[in-house]
Amino acid sequence: MTIRPFRILLVFVTSLIPLALLAVFVFLARYSWPALTFNGWHFLVGRTWSLGNLYADPVTQRGVLVPIGADYGILVFIAGTLLTSAIALVIAIPVSLGVAIFLAEGLRSRLKVPLSFVVEMLAAVPSVVYGLWGYAVLTPLVAHTLGPGLRAVLGFVPFFAGPIGSGYGLLAASIVLALMVVPIIAATVRDALARVPAETKEAAYALGATHFEVVRRAMLPTVRTNIIGAGILGLGRALGETMAVLMVSGGALNYFPSNIYSPITTMASFIVSQLDSAMQDPTGMAVRSLAEIALILFIISVVTNIIARLLTGASRNASAV
Amino acid sequence: MPLPFKVSRIARRKGLSGLGWALAAVSFVLVAAPLLDILYTVIRKGLSALSFTLFTQVTNGISGGLLNAITGTLALVFGALVFAAPVGILAGIYLSEFGRGRFGRTVRFLDDVLAGVPSIVLGYFSYVTLVIGMGWQFSVLAGSLTLAIMVVPYVARFTEISFLQVPNSLREAGYALGLRELTVITRIALPLALPGILTGVLFAIAIALGETAPLIYTAGWSNFLWNGKLIHEPIGYLTYVIWSFINQPYRSAHALAFAAAFLVILMVLLVNVGLSIILRRTRPMRPGPQ
Repeated sequence: MTIRPFRILLVFVTSLIPLALLAVFVFLARYSWPALTFNGWHFLVGRTWSLGNLYADPVTQRGVLVPIGADYGILVFIAGTLLTSAIALVIAIPVSLGVAIFLAEGLRSRLKVPLSFVVEMLAAVPSVVYGLWGYAVLTPLVAHTLGPGLRAVLGFVPFFAGPIGSGYGLLAASIVLALMVVPIIAATVRDALARVPAETKEAAYALGATHFEVVRRAMLPTVRTNIIGAGILGLGRALGETMAVLMVSGGALNYFPSNIYSPITTMASFIVSQLDSAMQDPTGMAVRSLAEIALILFIISVVTNIIARLLTGASRNASAV
Repeated sequence: MPLPFKVSRIARRKGLSGLGWALAAVSFVLVAAPLLDILYTVIRKGLSALSFTLFTQVTNGISGGLLNAITGTLALVFGALVFAAPVGILAGIYLSEFGRGRFGRTVRFLDDVLAGVPSIVLGYFSYVTLVIGMGWQFSVLAGSLTLAIMVVPYVARFTEISFLQVPNSLREAGYALGLRELTVITRIALPLALPGILTGVLFAIAIALGETAPLIYTAGWSNFLWNGKLIHEPIGYLTYVIWSFINQPYRSAHALAFAAAFLVILMVLLVNVGLSIILRRTRPMRPGPQ
């Protein structure tokens, strides 16, 4: 067997990618280990995040040195993460399907490229710019127009009733997230629709279906798994989104949202907003507990991505980037 | 459904189809309108905040210029490419030329997974390992490496796809002439794949330009121009200005935030225009967003 230095180099460099993924997991787990042993399952079901008394001498609890009264529970942030992502998907999936159908079937080919570019630009806008727009435009709109309008229409449901507040909160965060995941879902579904075999369409036409009926009854059912996969891909993105949510969510601490206008905090945005104060903890347990949140986010994102990739099929194409 | 007047079955089906198309068009408007408003808001407020001193002065508290942030962003993005481009390109070459086995399939899969990891998780990882663990503190190197881990999956993917599009007959022709593997890849496949690789690198630049979350606790922030030190020296960047200055209750801070947003959007737009020019010139291989 001959030794091929070039191939060895390639294998070595290529293995850096899985190694990076492994390193993220190993180092986050190792760093947050004291927090894992101290917090236990309480971490996932506790409702208070308290750094404890940082001025008193720390005490040893469960074999770990922590400030007196330290209590790390992230149930509120888990709820914030799941609620924002769920509402975002409820908005984004029908809209994305509409956009995908419009771009794939509803346009002359001359218009397809420029209008597709609009959706691609939506994906290119940085997260922090979405946050800026949310701060300057969306939150006033939610406080004065969208919120009152929604309450007037759906106010009989408790979740949509009650005080609207400043506009920062669940609704604003979900709208921003929806805008950010629409390009992902719409592009995947549009490309899947474009790959539906002509025979399928022609068969439906031959049965006398209108153009829209062809799309609705013949094309959409064949791309159903792609839609689910794209939705989960979008979910993964929404769960981990940080800056845009941080800037419009109102940053609620230690209380659950009472309605769709309430301020909330997600796990990802909590990490950014709290690291500064966590560093004040001389025992370092707060920083380690934040690492535990990052570890959980990592596991969630890996699982959602694996499910999404399995559903959209192993044979990826350029569109699945 | 009983209607007060009689509607033929055909007319009802046509009506419903029309309604379907209308809903599809409305969804597109629902998505396009916010995008246009984002661009309009950022350009209007950003242009009014634009001045010459923005490019000549450093930030001074919450006023002054953005020179430190502009140069910092460029340094961080360049640093990310220094790591991500060679690794991504070589990994892409491996995946397309030799990646049909189990190792190749695994890497391809994990490449996708890495692209889906939230940026804040990568930022925290770097904070734990590089900033604290290695003792680099907030620094260019920690920030660049974090961005590099973020964008390397995209470079690898674009490279792989563009190499896969090189016809096998060309490689076989090279082997038939007695060329070695390395020569076939670098002299025959690489020139043809170059536009695709460039697309991947531009894509990576666009992502790195707009990132914030992974930099806050790896690159830090600095009011001063970067002094060239790779570690132990924080650095400023434009997206930090957007996030942090908009929360200050001062007009000068808001103006700087919008000016920074304008510059970031302008750079991202330019990169995207470059992307679509390359894509249109070469094959109709149009990668989707994200």
